[in-house]
Amino acid sequence: MSTPAVKGNSSERSWPLWEVFVRGKRGLSHVHVGSLHAPDAEMALRNGRDVYTRRQEGVSLWVVRSMDITASSPDERDSFFDPAADKIYRHPTFYDIPEDVEYL
Amino acid sequence: MYGNDFIDPDEPLNAAEFGDVDDAVAAAATTAAQRAEGGSSFEALLAADQRIEPRDEMPEAYRKTLIRQIAQHAHSEIIGMQPEGNWISRAPSLRRKAILMAKVQDEAGHGLYLYAAAETLGVDRAELLDLLHSGKQKYSSIFNYPTLTWADNGAIGWLVDGAAIMNQVPLCRCSYGPYARAMIRVCKEESFHQRQGFEILWTLSRGTAAQKDMAQDAANRWWWPALMMFGPPDTGDAATTGGHTAQSMAWGIKRFSNDDLRQKFVDMTVPQAAKLGLTLPDPDLRFNEETGHWDFGAIDWSELWRVLKGDGACNAERIERRVGAHHEGAWVREAANAYAARHDLGQQQEYVA
Amino acid sequence: MSRNAIDTSVSDHSVSDHSVSGSSVSDTTLTTDAAAYCLQLGDDALIYAQRLGDWISRAPQIEEDMALANVGLDLLGQARELLTRAGQLDGTGRSEDELAYLRDERQFHNVHLVEQERSDFGFEMARMLWFAAYQCELYAALANSSDETIAGVAGKAVKEVDYHRDHASQWVLRLGDGTSTSYVRMKEGLERVAPYVAELFEDDAVSVAVSEAGVGTLPSSLWDSAFGHVSRVVAQATLTLPTDSTWRSRGGRQGIHSRPMGFLLAEMQHIARSHPGATW
Repeated sequence: MSTPAVKGNSSERSWPLWEVFVRGKRGLSHVHVGSLHAPDAEMALRNGRDVYTRRQEGVSLWVVRSMDITASSPDERDSFFDPAADKIYRHPTFYDIPEDVEYL
Repeated sequence: MYGNDFIDPDEPLNAAEFGDVDDAVAAAATTAAQRAEGGSSFEALLAADQRIEPRDEMPEAYRKTLIRQIAQHAHSEIIGMQPEGNWISRAPSLRRKAILMAKVQDEAGHGLYLYAAAETLGVDRAELLDLLHSGKQKYSSIFNYPTLTWADNGAIGWLVDGAAIMNQVPLCRCSYGPYARAMIRVCKEESFHQRQGFEILWTLSRGTAAQKDMAQDAANRWWWPALMMFGPPDTGDAATTGGHTAQSMAWGIKRFSNDDLRQKFVDMTVPQAAKLGLTLPDPDLRFNEETGHWDFGAIDWSELWRVLKGDGACNAERIERRVGAHHEGAWVREAANAYAARHDLGQQQEYVA
Repeated sequence: MSRNAIDTSVSDHSVSDHSVSGSSVSDTTLTTDAAAYCLQLGDDALIYAQRLGDWISRAPQIEEDMALANVGLDLLGQARELLTRAGQLDGTGRSEDELAYLRDERQFHNVHLVEQERSDFGFEMARMLWFAAYQCELYAALANSSDETIAGVAGKAVKEVDYHRDHASQWVLRLGDGTSTSYVRMKEGLERVAPYVAELFEDDAVSVAVSEAGVGTLPSSLWDSAFGHVSRVVAQATLTLPTDSTWRSRGGRQGIHSRPMGFLLAEMQHIARSHPGATW
């Protein structure tokens, strides 16, 4: 997402890249739907509306400059995420409960 | 029709909010198990049919192949706006005008989604557009054919979009995550394109004699180019020697061979042509009881190569329009940059989430 | 203007089959005026949609192709409903397509602003700013029309044109206050559009009649608010509105058009007219 752009032949400076998040309906979180180019935040929001909500996909929009996203790196993946793998007691299915107990 | 075997728009987007936690847990357990078994190397992820994501390690050849394929796909959407875009001003009813405008707009959107997918691989859209404009990257050869009559808009929707969907549906499961996600969105939106094309021809085929002739003429002209959209055969004399297909299939970029998809398209389309009351311009077309498929005649591959190399009716026109729009828009894009810099819009860091 | 200039001809359609429905408009003269009014508004929207359609695949950036297509689709939607209503009100029962494709140039009642050929992006944003500023005030007023159909169209359209006005405003700001080149081109765009603005806000016999009846509104009454918006945007864009030009357009509401209109119609109508009676 935030890989530095390789410049083309064009001497023109590209509009920055933005990530677009849409709230599909009330009660849901904003979800990443894609990217677009826009010169600034106001236009990014409007472009987001024109590009990603033409079919009534949303009730609210976020845009954020791709450059401003800090992402975990693949190098960190094992130390970040694997330690969670053996903690199955965090999941409800870990527990043995008599079948005739209701509301559990 | 095709294009419907995707995510239901009403499907919950956030698993946790809809109580689908058990599914998520099961999926996480599977992923963890696969990671533990095969590791998270590029090969292990491919073997486990997992998606490759932008920051994963990947072979340079995989990255380059993807950039080339996604860019060509994006270019095709953008150039593909023109053959039908030329008819927005002439659409013979206001309903058709609205449909066509929305469809050509969708094509712009599809190009945009795809350029964004390519950008996750470390190239800039501007750079890809430069490659298109200078002729260093190609777009689908189909768009070098002219749209001569109103019926061509029907034939493009029915045959060209039909063939494109056949190619695109498997790409929704492509190994590269951003490309697959872009294709899911494209295919969802595309599902109306083929139907509207069929509807145009359906209306024409039940209309006046002149309208029927128009529909038949369009089918005659677009049938063979549509079959060529699947690319050269995988085997035999006309097969290319590059071996892209085999490598792309191993990488999970391609899921079916060109010939398999072409056959599937023919099998799907022949009965539709009958329904339309249109003939297809192939005397060798007949149902093969043994194979259960429609046999069709030999494709003139020399035509594909000729058009691909620049000798199509519209090659120069398409690029000229595209380059013209890009150059004419340069002062606008530059002005917006200057305004943003002066007003510090989007440069500021204090965003509220 | 003369009321006779309004096309009330009944083509080859039976009047009796098409009664006026869903309307509180009853008086014959009034329905004639209301129909003519719907044609004015519908033709403005249709012809501008036709011009915006030209932009798709020619915009400065793909994102803008999509934005302009959205504006065009909104206008086309408004045109279809208004033309349909015109065909109901005038008793001819003509469909949106019969009205769009089978009228001649003298029977179109749009202003000259919308029929001018596509030019550069600065001209387009100047045109859109003025037209959307006008339409915002227009539809806000028409949301209270005594004609339920017109009120319904306006109530929905007011949100659409608010977005168009915002879109044009954003661009005028960026072009006016962008580079020295864009400043000059935006300034020229405003100058080239200026002679066509007054016509939008000019009252005629039709608009006077429909506004007295509560069906429509006087274009002149929309001027102050529309001008206020445009002049604020222009000032913020570090530009100035051009002073009154010696020449200004007139006559569109009476079916007197400028040179580009005939060519526009020739292109728009030729397929439909080449196949009389065909459905598409």
